Amino acid sequence: MASLELLGFGSTGWGALLIAATLMTLAVTATALAIGAVLGAIVAAAKLSGNLALVTLGNIYTTVFRGVPELLIIYLIYFGGSSAVTSIGKAMGYEGFLGLPSFIAGALAVGIISGSYQAEVFRGAFLAISKGELEAASAIGMHRGLRLRRIIMPQVLRLAIPGLGNVWQLSLKDSALISVTGLAELMRTSQVAAGSTRQYFLFFIAGGCLYLILTSLSDRIFNGAERRANRSMPAAAMGQA
Amino acid sequence: MDFTFLASTMVTLLKAVPTTLILFSLSIFLGGLLALVIVSMRVSGNPLLSGFAKGYIFIFRGSPLLIQMFLVFYGLGQFGVIRYSFLWPFLREPMVCAVLSLALCTAGYTAEIFRGGIRAVSPKEIEAARSIGMSGPLLVRRILAPIAFRHALPAYSTEIVLMMKSTALASLVTVWEVTGVAQRLISQTYRTMEVFLCAAIIYLVLNFIILQGMALLEYSLSRHRRAAPQALKA
Repeated sequence: MASLELLGFGSTGWGALLIAATLMTLAVTATALAIGAVLGAIVAAAKLSGNLALVTLGNIYTTVFRGVPELLIIYLIYFGGSSAVTSIGKAMGYEGFLGLPSFIAGALAVGIISGSYQAEVFRGAFLAISKGELEAASAIGMHRGLRLRRIIMPQVLRLAIPGLGNVWQLSLKDSALISVTGLAELMRTSQVAAGSTRQYFLFFIAGGCLYLILTSLSDRIFNGAERRANRSMPAAAMGQA
Repeated sequence: MDFTFLASTMVTLLKAVPTTLILFSLSIFLGGLLALVIVSMRVSGNPLLSGFAKGYIFIFRGSPLLIQMFLVFYGLGQFGVIRYSFLWPFLREPMVCAVLSLALCTAGYTAEIFRGGIRAVSPKEIEAARSIGMSGPLLVRRILAPIAFRHALPAYSTEIVLMMKSTALASLVTVWEVTGVAQRLISQTYRTMEVFLCAAIIYLVLNFIILQGMALLEYSLSRHRRAAPQALKA
């Protein structure tokens, strides 16, 4: 079959490129999720701080980046980042246009978006910790850092796993939009393969199937992680979680 | 900040708002209808129908909307059956392809939201309806659908906001809605921040209006939950 040959690993096949592109999608999503985790933790802390200015800043961040289309944010980071890099280059004596590498721009854009969702996930997880445990920790004289490390962090991570699973799925699908910056991730490679062979249907179906494999695999991994994190919890409490 | 540039950008972008709204309302309407079909298959109890519905939901929720949109826009024209059929004059239009793929995609998410609403209907309410002899379409119309819709409303309003953001993807199949026009402005002027600001304000205002409308709907549908006047309390 001609279409199998096109998807295969032979000299006319796109198989190897599609696999490499899938790995690129995973890499850029994982980087984005890590960036988003840092941003999300900071924003969640700001929103929980009770300081009016910090709470307002946190609210603006989550409202803007959850309310504006992802594609626009990617344009902002990619074009805006490139013109920033160009002006820095000019200041250092380099003439001409400097582009922001599309991997960095893409991971940053999807990371900022996922940060706005992760902030809400972390905030919800923190609020779910029973007040009694925090009081108990203070009562036996734990100072803030120790309380954060021993009581808050482990519980927030456990309670945040289902929400993080959702954010990961969102980011995985958002990463397809990075294709507009030309990064050779799964969407872009399917597009290039489709265009150069004129087999649009075949390659978009193949790309779609690879995305389905990624999303269903990661669903399993997050379910496993959730079970593992809850293994010391009473069964009734797990049912509620 | 250059206010004349901001104002002219705003005017240009506002001209694209009707296209965004048409995309949005058509795909919400068609997607909602399709979701009703999918969810009734999903809860029908027939393994063949519910299997199909499960597969549909898995495929459309598990893959990016962009690849679905490209599949419809570029993929369908490849087949002679479609290319030479009466459907082609419609499927050749980017707008039709965008609405079609947005509706197909949202139907998967919306079906799951509706299913959650149906599951939240208490079996006692169904039993009560059955015991007074209500069954079939009447039961669905009077008991199941209103209660399920009310339960599903908060999640459904989130999905509607997500749809508003998803309309941005239509720019990639050459529909000139707000994001598409913004992208063109950015590449002409290289003034990313200003254009972004204007476009962002438009989307935030649209989403704000939608969320307020949904909150109003939720309020008007939950009259029975509000505190009763003192005199009526038993």
